[in-house]
Amino acid sequence: METVKTVPERNVTVVPEARKKRKWTVDHWLAAAFLTPSVVLVFIFVYGFIGWTGYVSLSNWNSLVPDLSFAGLKNYIYLFHDFRFQADLRNTLVFTVLFIGVVIVLGQLLAILLDQKLRGESIFRNIFFFPMALSFVVTGVVWQWLLNPSTGVNLFLKKFGLDSKWYTDTTILAGFHLGKIEFGVPVAIVAVVIAAVWQMTGFAVAMYLAGLRAIPEEVREAARMDGATELQIYRKIIIPLLRPITVSVIIIMAHISLKIFDLIYAMTGPGANFVTDVPGVYMFETTFRGNYYANGAAIAMIMLLSVAIFIVPYLISSRKGGS
Amino acid sequence: MKKKGLWLSLALVFGLTLSGCNSDSASNNTNKEDQGGSKGHEKLEIFSWWTGAGEEDGLKALLKLFQEKYPDIPVENAAVAGGAGTNAKAVLASRMQGNDPPATFQVHGGAELNEGWVAAGKMEPLNDLYEKEGWMDKFPKSLIDMVSKDGKIYSVPVNIHRGNVLWYNKKIFAENGLQPPKTFDEFFQVAEKLKAKGITPLALGDKEPWTATHLFETVLLGTLGTEDYKKLWTGELSFDDPKVKEAVNTFKKMLNYVNEDHSSRNWQDAAQLVGKGEAAMNIMGDWVKGYFVNDLKLKVNEDFGYVPTPNTEGKFMVITDTFGLPKGVKNPDDVKKFLSVLGSVEGQDTFNPLKGSIPARIDADVSKYDEYGKQTIEDFKTAELAPSLAHGSAAPEGFVTKVNQAVNIFVTQKDTKTFIDTLVSASSELKK
Repeated sequence: METVKTVPERNVTVVPEARKKRKWTVDHWLAAAFLTPSVVLVFIFVYGFIGWTGYVSLSNWNSLVPDLSFAGLKNYIYLFHDFRFQADLRNTLVFTVLFIGVVIVLGQLLAILLDQKLRGESIFRNIFFFPMALSFVVTGVVWQWLLNPSTGVNLFLKKFGLDSKWYTDTTILAGFHLGKIEFGVPVAIVAVVIAAVWQMTGFAVAMYLAGLRAIPEEVREAARMDGATELQIYRKIIIPLLRPITVSVIIIMAHISLKIFDLIYAMTGPGANFVTDVPGVYMFETTFRGNYYANGAAIAMIMLLSVAIFIVPYLISSRKGGS
Repeated sequence: MKKKGLWLSLALVFGLTLSGCNSDSASNNTNKEDQGGSKGHEKLEIFSWWTGAGEEDGLKALLKLFQEKYPDIPVENAAVAGGAGTNAKAVLASRMQGNDPPATFQVHGGAELNEGWVAAGKMEPLNDLYEKEGWMDKFPKSLIDMVSKDGKIYSVPVNIHRGNVLWYNKKIFAENGLQPPKTFDEFFQVAEKLKAKGITPLALGDKEPWTATHLFETVLLGTLGTEDYKKLWTGELSFDDPKVKEAVNTFKKMLNYVNEDHSSRNWQDAAQLVGKGEAAMNIMGDWVKGYFVNDLKLKVNEDFGYVPTPNTEGKFMVITDTFGLPKGVKNPDDVKKFLSVLGSVEGQDTFNPLKGSIPARIDADVSKYDEYGKQTIEDFKTAELAPSLAHGSAAPEGFVTKVNQAVNIFVTQKDTKTFIDTLVSASSELKK
């Protein structure tokens, strides 16, 4: 509030033009007045609670009775020695890489195809975008049915001699031992990635389509004049021009995949041998089933940090770019 | 003018926000006062995880009975869905931590009640209610012990479930000329024969790992016997005892005979395999009977049969749902009225035949129960009682969570040593 007040006052003294400054002051006051309640609420309910979670994660509160005595990094050390949490980190990494990679490639491809000025484009746009309207829980349940080894598409696949286990598969591809876990790509994660991609690709398509439409036709025409083929135009001009959109898509998808909970909880749960477990599910079970509040808070803090690793550089760079 | 309009709208928004906050709390208060003043009763919130078929019918019948007796007390059924209370326990924990307890809530008798809520100082003792209702000799003493700590009784049992039941498909057994197994040796012989014929011998659905823990605890009980099994939870017997190792190896051997897609199924899906004749046996508590009869419309002793799990003849893995009185509720007298209906013969006989469980009272009307219920009521009178680990009666929630994790890893890795090491290190939770 203090800083907000000083700005218009300074303007009153410095700027000589009376009409301009008064209007500006009112707007400024209004903006401040409208924003203050939400700023206060965000500070309490977002940053205050992040702080509280951080505080709990350093305490001994691991039963129904609150115990806020200082435990140092005990909860964090326990986690990184824990088989389940190591598996979670592996799963998150694999899931994030596969999920973002497929969403970007598929999103770009579909957007470029849609951009070919075909008929009934809006119908296709809607078809691709509709899955976004569902909640992850619904997606999870539906895909769980579809990929169930003994029902759904698998009955069809069995006729061709394919006996896929999908999310019940516990094998880990290209595995080598790292810490307590086998490090590699758990096959079961692929099933979850399919469901997540199905849901989120439409969003990437919409983003890329907007990006494609923002590229002026003159650019393409100039390239054609220079004798570039359509393929070259896309490879050398269009796709590089879409890079800022790719960055946005990565940021948005990364924060979804790093804190994903509902899709996994509805679809597979932790999975046998924790092949589809993620920190979100572990946090929920630790805190609310086992009553290990401090351990749960520590998992939550690690999730926050992992998202921050993606978001903070983006915020800094976009701030620099803006000013 | 424009400026004035802006300021006006601003004032309006602010005013609305403030009045919004105010009216919210104010209306709540007045509501409560209204109810307190005119009706004399606050809403009675009954918290449970009974949302499945059978159990939900039982609960609704019980609430109806209560409404008939006390029509002036408004009741709210605050059930939260999720098998074995997976989600309800989380909701309950956050409400209790936030000092917003429901009027009464479902809690398993044993460690879940005593080491959890009672130890945390969140429950009121109910000795006066027991004396007033004359319940001390109407409930079995071993059951009252399960809901007591330091001589104080903290909840009222509404039912008893048996955990150690092996359900089998009668048709499959008859067609293959097999007898239901009574010992582990017989189990493996039967399983081997079934496997040779291409039938899944044992149905398991451990999407939620407690079902695998449930299977493991019946093996523990069958291998160790009731006395030693109980000693595990008091720390008198260590988890690296050779007998525990034997049980783990038997459990491991059993896992060779389960359906391949077990990790994508829940307990209903697993029971369904037996009900539909796709698998021969299922080890699960007797809520499976409710599921078979109510959902799959199968007939007791015609479509499916039941025996105690291997080596547990004469032993009874007891799971009891109870309701207590949390500290800090505004209407303790109404809650006690509900508890007295819950603990009455009428209440128990209204609820249990629908839920598929047996009454906790010894003087209930046996004729109201089906063939399975009658036999279980008889068994309960003579059997040695053992508390269930998977359902929170034997050990605190924290320990159960760790065991569930260890079992989840074991089911895939089948590494006996790691499993036992984890159990040993988790057992430090028991001595809290």
